[in-house]
Amino acid sequence: MSDQTANPLRDAIQEAIDENPVILFMKGNPEAPACGFSARTVAILQSLGARYAAVDILPDPRIRQELSAISDWPTIPQLFVDGELIGGCDIVSEMYQSGELAQTLGLQADAAEAETPQPAGMESAPLSIENRL
Amino acid sequence: MSATPEELKERIETGIPGAVAEVTGDGHHFNAVVSAAAFNGLTRIAQHRLVYDVFGAEMGDRIHALSIQTKTAEPEEAR
Repeated sequence: MSDQTANPLRDAIQEAIDENPVILFMKGNPEAPACGFSARTVAILQSLGARYAAVDILPDPRIRQELSAISDWPTIPQLFVDGELIGGCDIVSEMYQSGELAQTLGLQADAAEAETPQPAGMESAPLSIENRL
Repeated sequence: MSATPEELKERIETGIPGAVAEVTGDGHHFNAVVSAAAFNGLTRIAQHRLVYDVFGAEMGDRIHALSIQTKTAEPEEAR
């Protein structure tokens, strides 16, 4: 890096948040969550049939550090919709029970038919984005 | 030194003026139900941030996990 102030990891995380309409930062992956809170959040998204990208924060502790710096939120998981932090497991659970989550995810409308864009330019970043189609 | 539910309750109630907290937990995982007039008009995210802010860098470290449920409390005169 020629620019000493550049923070490619933070930029990559921000880009992932901006480019994926629904993105979950979690411990482990949707097939094998590594924490009960991440597992519950995945289960909720799956029960709604939501399409989402998932990022495992465990491979590098800096991912969590930079994510929390961006979101001003200390815990994992973190769910973002349209670039906005929706919350962690507690808020997602509450919103699921009240029906707000389906609404926020646009699952009551035709929005579910929109294509999830492929994340671009992530190849060199230490993040693995997985589109859950 | 591990945290206790009593400590968390006291710190939440001190850190958020007017808050009433019920905290349970085993020293690592805690569950807090917090009511406060200070939450009125705030989004859930902002309400939870107020609680997290009480503990700062201890979140995820000394306090491994804290489940939060927030409730707004109407001031008496508003009823």
